[in-house]
Amino acid sequence: MLNKIYDWVDERLDITPIWRDIADHEVPEHVNPAHHFSAFVYCFGGLTFFVTVIQILSGMFLTMYYVPDVENAWKSVYYLQNEVAFGEIVRGMHHWGASLVIVMMFLHTLRVFFTGSYKKPRELNWIVGVLIFCVMLGLGFTGYLLPWDMKALFATKVGLEIAGSVPFLGDLIKILLAGDAEIIGAQTLTRFFAIHVFFLPAALFALLAAHFIMIRRQGISGPL
Amino acid sequence: MQRGKGMKFVGDSRVKANGRMVNQPKDYSEYPGKTEAFWPDFLLKEWMVGAVFLIGYLLLTVAHPSPLEGPADPTNASYIPLPDWYFLFLYQLLKYTYASGPYNIIGAIIIPGLAIGALILMPFLDKGPERRPSKRPIPTALMVLAVAAMFYLTWESVVNHDWEAAKAQGAITDKHLGLLPDVEIDETAPGYEIYQAQASCVGCHGGDLAGAGGPMLLGNELTAEEVAEVIVNGRGGMPAGAFQGTDEELQQLAEFIASLKEAE
Repeated sequence: MLNKIYDWVDERLDITPIWRDIADHEVPEHVNPAHHFSAFVYCFGGLTFFVTVIQILSGMFLTMYYVPDVENAWKSVYYLQNEVAFGEIVRGMHHWGASLVIVMMFLHTLRVFFTGSYKKPRELNWIVGVLIFCVMLGLGFTGYLLPWDMKALFATKVGLEIAGSVPFLGDLIKILLAGDAEIIGAQTLTRFFAIHVFFLPAALFALLAAHFIMIRRQGISGPL
Repeated sequence: MQRGKGMKFVGDSRVKANGRMVNQPKDYSEYPGKTEAFWPDFLLKEWMVGAVFLIGYLLLTVAHPSPLEGPADPTNASYIPLPDWYFLFLYQLLKYTYASGPYNIIGAIIIPGLAIGALILMPFLDKGPERRPSKRPIPTALMVLAVAAMFYLTWESVVNHDWEAAKAQGAITDKHLGLLPDVEIDETAPGYEIYQAQASCVGCHGGDLAGAGGPMLLGNELTAEEVAEVIVNGRGGMPAGAFQGTDEELQQLAEFIASLKEAE
């Protein structure tokens, strides 16, 4: 039955090559921890993606309760954390996942660096990877404000002051992010929410797609 | 063109697979050793690594609920700010003399900018064919130095932060939960001392005036005369004549209770 459905779709859309591009390839010995335990360092990239998927899923569930408004943001997070069934787990996974994604991505970057994997022909994939790193840091920075508690407000204040100290463009960047040159308030919260939930994830998806297409095209770098 | 199940597209504009291999690196089968099919053999192993990782992740989540401080209060001027841990090294950098104040631009823009710029341009700065870290000492040394500096700065930031004070300043209180009205208690008023000395007052209304069996006195809407009248005659479940003291003390107590108005 499943085969028949597959054949029906394949006959019209020729999906077999797509499937081949995604999954039909050999994994070399030097990246396989089953052959060399030290090859676990090649798992960091995959684990980063794994945590990213969890971040996307847990984040989607968080927005079912979260209210991006100065009056209700904190209350909605408090309610989510203390009243909603499994709310503490979902928020906990998003909170710790944010840290884990940074850790795993940092380790992945170091692995790629110390194996010299960014060299020709993989320069573009390295650049895309660094951009993903920047987007992730942006997600961490904007997400930190959303619970609208004391540490969120004051950490964001410091962060925006740093952004504002960029020569020439500082004030513009600050106003773009915060919605005002001085006040960190209702505008800031809604903008950070929009950036955290729409703008940066959109950029992240595009960059991840490029990252994965390139790795499939070029293959993983050979053994040292 | 011939692909998949052998069907042909009309006006096919897709990139042809033919000849694509020219740009690809050598096949892994040309390296000595054992390759493995990604699907399903290797993916199953990755899946197992992911499962072990997920268990650790969930244990962390269950053992340490994510923190939440009291709601943001921009008027609080004494709060010591602290970013999330992965920004601590940048935050610490801005505390050094030549990276802060008039030199702020060095710590806030130039050093992080150079670091990110060098990182993104790495393939063009380190163009040699050598891949082993030992064969390219300068990039390796710079990266080790950068990572060591990040660890050192994060460490310095953590040991120099007053975690006890941070915990206290961020605590969620009853007031945040909408349980207490915003009332300033004048603990130097004579009425405050009289209140605390009256066991019958404290017993029902609580040492913090927030109620304990009896109703909360914070944010009441009575005048001093009305308060004195209630103390003398009782009201509802409150008995008459519970107050022990002079008329002057009664007057001071009533004025104190009446002063517990909610701030506008």
